Amino acid sequence: MVAVSYEGRTAGEVVAEIEGVAPGITVELEPEQEMMTVNMGPHHPATHGVLRLLVDLEGEVVKDLKPIVGYVHTGIEKSCESMAYWKVIPFVERMDYLSYFFNMQAYCGAVETLTGLEVPRRAQYLRVLHMELNRLHSHLVWLGTTALDIGAMSVYFYCFRDRDRVLDLFEMSTGQRMHTRYFQVGGVAEDIPAGWEAKARELIDVIRKGLSQYEALLDRNEIFLIRTKGIGIVERERLLELGVTGPLLRAAGEPWDLRKEAGYLVYDELDFDVPVGTVGDGYDRYRVRLAEMKESLKIIEQCLDGLPEGPWIADDRKYVLPPRSELSTSMESLIHHFKLVTEGFRVAPGEVYNAIESPRGELGCFVVADGSAKPVRVHFRDPSFVNLQALRDMAIGEYVADLIQTLAMLDPILGGIDR
Amino acid sequence: MITPLLADTTFVEASWVMIVKSLIIFIVILSIVPVVLLAERKLLGRFQQRYGPNRVGPFGALQPLADVGKLLSKQGFRPKGAVPFLYEIAPALSILSAVLVLAILPFGDVQGGVGLYGIDVPIGILYFFAFGALAFYGLLLGGWASGSKYSFLGAMRSAAQLISYELAMGLSLLGVVLMAGSLSLVDIVKAQGEIWYILPQFVGFLIFLTAGFAETNRVPFDLPEADAELVAGYSTEYGGMRFGSYFFAEYMEILVISGITATMYLGGWMGPGPSWLDPIWMLAKMGVVTFFFIWIRATLPRFRYDQLMSFGWKILIPLATLNILVTAILVVVI
Repeated sequence: MVAVSYEGRTAGEVVAEIEGVAPGITVELEPEQEMMTVNMGPHHPATHGVLRLLVDLEGEVVKDLKPIVGYVHTGIEKSCESMAYWKVIPFVERMDYLSYFFNMQAYCGAVETLTGLEVPRRAQYLRVLHMELNRLHSHLVWLGTTALDIGAMSVYFYCFRDRDRVLDLFEMSTGQRMHTRYFQVGGVAEDIPAGWEAKARELIDVIRKGLSQYEALLDRNEIFLIRTKGIGIVERERLLELGVTGPLLRAAGEPWDLRKEAGYLVYDELDFDVPVGTVGDGYDRYRVRLAEMKESLKIIEQCLDGLPEGPWIADDRKYVLPPRSELSTSMESLIHHFKLVTEGFRVAPGEVYNAIESPRGELGCFVVADGSAKPVRVHFRDPSFVNLQALRDMAIGEYVADLIQTLAMLDPILGGIDR
Repeated sequence: MITPLLADTTFVEASWVMIVKSLIIFIVILSIVPVVLLAERKLLGRFQQRYGPNRVGPFGALQPLADVGKLLSKQGFRPKGAVPFLYEIAPALSILSAVLVLAILPFGDVQGGVGLYGIDVPIGILYFFAFGALAFYGLLLGGWASGSKYSFLGAMRSAAQLISYELAMGLSLLGVVLMAGSLSLVDIVKAQGEIWYILPQFVGFLIFLTAGFAETNRVPFDLPEADAELVAGYSTEYGGMRFGSYFFAEYMEILVISGITATMYLGGWMGPGPSWLDPIWMLAKMGVVTFFFIWIRATLPRFRYDQLMSFGWKILIPLATLNILVTAILVVVI
């Protein structure tokens, strides 16, 4: 008879001890309960793209899970290496397809740092305007899909209706609803057209009204509250260890926002708050994002009020295309135009990491230049990819329905995860 | 003398009358199901600021027909791991259990020697429970026999859900039975001549409606098919008209629950106007309840499995029991 304590040890350790005490005896353990491995994805209605989750279920409770990515790997980062600097912009836009303005800013900002180009103030304001509108658009899509995953299907349609109005604005200023290629190295491609500002102000009212309606629909709904409160909590320290950023980290109470910390563009001149949560459960994540949308509206209002007059792109002909009108009158402009379009501009050797706050967290772009007209390396630190690491910590021990909710609250964009 | 609890069955009709009646009821309700389907999609469209179907026929009226046509033309596919017989019989079971309850829904009293209902069984409401309980076999067997993990989870959920909510439903209806003193649906409607039971039995009405949502697997209790988690739950592996049958059965169930709600709480066929309006009144009341079903679907999120169970066992059942207790005391006292 051998007394073996089971307290606080795994089955394997116990077996090893029994076999150590009584050699020659093999111990076989009965499985406590049957586990079921479910392969969620890559095509599953709630994995937000082509994420694949290998989930071990005990009944309905998640015991283990493993995210498998790579199903939309497009090789964008590699493709960027064979493109002139200015041709890279439409590529990087298509990584995280819901935050294209942020991708452009991360990349353009990096190249501007490398070349030392000064972005005119009007362009900076226009960039902030479009990025905050983009944040609204991205968060609206997040809110809609999350509500759909919890089962509130109408919110999905309401959010997409409002999001389409944001896209209308993008179409008006850039000509495209998504993947606009609006930011250029040195500024923005074009000035906003007449009437854009009025439309933007109109939109602010529409979204402000909409947000209060969604809040009323979800926040006063007992089912929504019990489905989100206390679900998927991960300690702030653990989140920091995992490198999680963005609303997920802020929901856990860490006021880390690169718009405040790094102060790129004109963010340090604008007045806005960084909303933080307290416990970091699903409800806090929802509240933080909703509050962020309201802060975005505030920023947009301030930008519209303080939009300075002036050029919208730097006046450096070595990097920036000359205006079209000059091409027929100025030989020099024609040569610059030809050189920029065919070869592109050259960037002195160096490397730079430019991080900004995307709707999902820290979006960093690392560009290495070797003096030629093409980058040696363009690497993105995509927040979706890093944040996805936290899914396992968040979802283990929760029900399978909460796994879906947690995943939705994580807001992963698979285009950004597989670059 | 003790008043018999069961209604008397002295009212007998000729066999051919019964056959004609059942045919009429079956055909009318069967043609209402596509209307409900269309109404749901149209209304959801309105709730969600979009149009809903508007391409097939005038105002999209032929959309259900087009859907059925599409589903019928699909291949009758069966997954490799499925249990053949059960896989095929399960959707039929679902429809059967819903259709059978139609027989006892009263659309009017005896008029011109013909009772405007399929049959006035003295055990009325028990008959409804018997076939309501059968309905979950359709889901359970279908989900289990599909041989898929999502279907299996959906089947398990539906079994747990239907069994727990059946109890609350039964207990909530007992209040009405106590007040009417009969199990027969016709007698229950007649007993509501003075006041519809929705007023004295308001708590029971709410419990019944909640349990009704669970019985029909509608939002917020649509866990057996929870599309976000289980793809389509028990019906994941079904396609073509077998899926169509499940779909059809779900709407049939909604109509049945609406019918029972109207009968038990909303005064059944009673309404102002000549007696030939009775069936119209009944259908109108069913329509109101069905509209409520659709409205809820557009508004509420979904429960989680354990929350659903605790809601059923810890809130609904004690509440329903309390409701009976109070009703019983009041019935004796008054």
